[in-house]
Amino acid sequence: MLYREAGDFKTSYAEDNQTFPIKFDRYAYYLLLVAAFGVVPFFINDYWANAVLVPFLIYAIATIGLNILIGYCGQLSLGTGGFMAVGAFASYKLMTAFPEVSIIVHILLAGGITALVGMAFGLPSLRIKGFYLAVATLAAQFFLVWLFNRVPWFYNYSASGQISAPERSVFGINVTGPNVDAWAQYMVCLVFVFASAWLARNLTRGTMGRSWMAIRDMDIAAEIIGVNPLKAKLTAFAVSSFFIGIAGALLFTVYLGAAEVGEAFGIQKSFLVLFMVIIGGLGSIFGSFAGAAFMVLLPVLLKNVLVGGMNWPTDVAAHFQFVIVGALIIAFLILEPHGLAQLWRVAKEKLRLWPFPH
Amino acid sequence: MKLKLATLALSALMAAAPAMAELVYPSLSYRTGPYAAGGIPFADGYADYFTLLNERDGGIGGVKAKVLECETGYSTEKGVECYESTKGEGALVYQPLSTGITYQLIPKVTADGIPMHTMGYGRTSAANGKVFSNVFNYPANYWNGASLAINHLLDINGGDIKGKKVALVYHNSAYGKEPIRTLEELAKKHGFELSLLAVDHPGQEQKSQWLQIRREKPDYVLMWGWGVMNQVAIQEAVNIRFPMENFIGIWWSGSENDVLPAGDAANGYKAVTFHNVGNDFPVFDDIQKYVVDTGKAAGAGDQIGTVLYNRGLYAAMLAAEATRKAQELSGNAQITAADMRNGMEALEITEERMTELGMPGFGPSFKVSCANHGGPGTGAIQQWDAAAKEWKLISDFGPSDMEVIQPLIDEDSMAYAKENNITPRDCN
Repeated sequence: MLYREAGDFKTSYAEDNQTFPIKFDRYAYYLLLVAAFGVVPFFINDYWANAVLVPFLIYAIATIGLNILIGYCGQLSLGTGGFMAVGAFASYKLMTAFPEVSIIVHILLAGGITALVGMAFGLPSLRIKGFYLAVATLAAQFFLVWLFNRVPWFYNYSASGQISAPERSVFGINVTGPNVDAWAQYMVCLVFVFASAWLARNLTRGTMGRSWMAIRDMDIAAEIIGVNPLKAKLTAFAVSSFFIGIAGALLFTVYLGAAEVGEAFGIQKSFLVLFMVIIGGLGSIFGSFAGAAFMVLLPVLLKNVLVGGMNWPTDVAAHFQFVIVGALIIAFLILEPHGLAQLWRVAKEKLRLWPFPH
Repeated sequence: MKLKLATLALSALMAAAPAMAELVYPSLSYRTGPYAAGGIPFADGYADYFTLLNERDGGIGGVKAKVLECETGYSTEKGVECYESTKGEGALVYQPLSTGITYQLIPKVTADGIPMHTMGYGRTSAANGKVFSNVFNYPANYWNGASLAINHLLDINGGDIKGKKVALVYHNSAYGKEPIRTLEELAKKHGFELSLLAVDHPGQEQKSQWLQIRREKPDYVLMWGWGVMNQVAIQEAVNIRFPMENFIGIWWSGSENDVLPAGDAANGYKAVTFHNVGNDFPVFDDIQKYVVDTGKAAGAGDQIGTVLYNRGLYAAMLAAEATRKAQELSGNAQITAADMRNGMEALEITEERMTELGMPGFGPSFKVSCANHGGPGTGAIQQWDAAAKEWKLISDFGPSDMEVIQPLIDEDSMAYAKENNITPRDCN
């Protein structure tokens, strides 16, 4: 009834190929943008920013990045935590070395540096595949964490090995440091998320995305029809690492403010982002958001329900959280192996026909 | 979207709950994860002391105390979430029991005007109250601990440890790296050789480090460990037959949980401490009567009298005394976080007061001031008696080498002030 294509006529190729070809989708998307940019900043408080929205937005960027590598190009990576650490430490070094340059530039440069590191670690992907590549990227994870712990230059020789983000502002408004307003933190992350998602969506629809998908579906066939595997795989590593680097830089500068490499960017971070990709849905930008939301919001929600609502002891609640999240992950993988994105696609198909069954 | 709506509705519900007159003490505890063995007894002790005050005295100055527990799992991200979710509820003082979370919260609490007490952990240079207005780490910090351990070595060697080899086994994190600077200075001063062995989180894998110790044969091993790392290190030391009396841990590596798994072989292991051990204090009778017997003990109630339980109890006692001081200074029974900060800065713990509280000789008597947030930095050495299964103090509470530590505190805190554009307060 509401959700339909009938009467929605397209008269040009551009219209036909747009991201949201269905009017209802398009309007929902515009509405979401208006709400995210125009409404939420006026109502957000410290708790909502720091506990819910900022981590969700940052992990969404990381998930988009990893989804390009795994979901679109089919290269399994377990080095996400390490690459996020590269982004964080690059932004830290840049922020402290060039305090007069805008933080936005530093975050983008941190993404660029991470892209270079990602390409270096992506080189083995030309020779090895699947699980073996996962092991190679796992080595990247451990090597990078070890490196940032071992070489004092990276943390400016501070006694504790901690890095902490100095105060920086954008247009005169603080976005890092302790005196930052919730809405400013949120807006910075939102702008990066919007730009990343827009960029990722359009990259995956173009030549580059098609060559990634060709490599994913069958690399030998792709090579025969003229896709250069070196170029495709390395661009996938570069673009993916760029987004992951930005996510790492934001996580450190805007969200945490201080970080310790082993704790903040350890192997568990790699798995967390990988779970987000798998649960959200491989090869889908919407799935990246859904996966990040699921993994970030569910524990907070459960904590609030179990401890805040039902007054359970905190340790029992924490353990139950593992049980519930774990069970949901298993249930998802069995019932809908293609993740939340596929669930959404099925729901849309059903909605198109509703209320008529056929 | 549904999830978001549900959380929204829920948190709105929570925010709407009426604010009652009570003193709120958030406890960012960790009863899960690889550090739970240390987190549980501390959180129990912290909660039990406030329960005792509520049950026995009707609160502090007539206002009930409320402990708001939030599980961090020793993770900094969850620590931030816990901080944000509790700070709106009138939190008076934060005690995160994690150096990583402390580093994260130092700028935040300063901006929000809430005090933080990091007793024996956190950022050591926070002892300089001129720079760190809202952070307190009395009565002792890591650098005092490092110096106390070296002082003990001096004691047992007749004051000369020139040429001795000392190895530091440390948790490869901000926490474990804290003492290195001080130990390096002390090595210069006393002429011992220091070697550093890092153990990565969570510390279950230490074979290579102990192999190195076996090869290099240091005279003494110091340890900065926490959680599961401690038990593993002590077991590994037993495996290479390292003499236990030459193995000294910091106060976070000296609880029952750390030595019990190694059984009788752990006999003689030493640790530094800044408060007394055991349950031979009148306050424990009250805890038995008002808290345990009424079924209000926190957690499983099986930790009472252990080292870390005592530490939680001690932390709660200091917080309660600071609250009393704040009530006295502000004239209100229902104090704010800013009053609490003033109370902590004016805190004075005397032997008489501790006797009144049923804790005679439990910790040092000291006085906090605007410039000195670090307390006296005194401590003693405790030793494990495996046969009796208890810790015993083998030295008196002695001073640490402030001649070495104070310049380091000044240097580090000034560097922090410069990095963050803080003008040191005028304390006169």
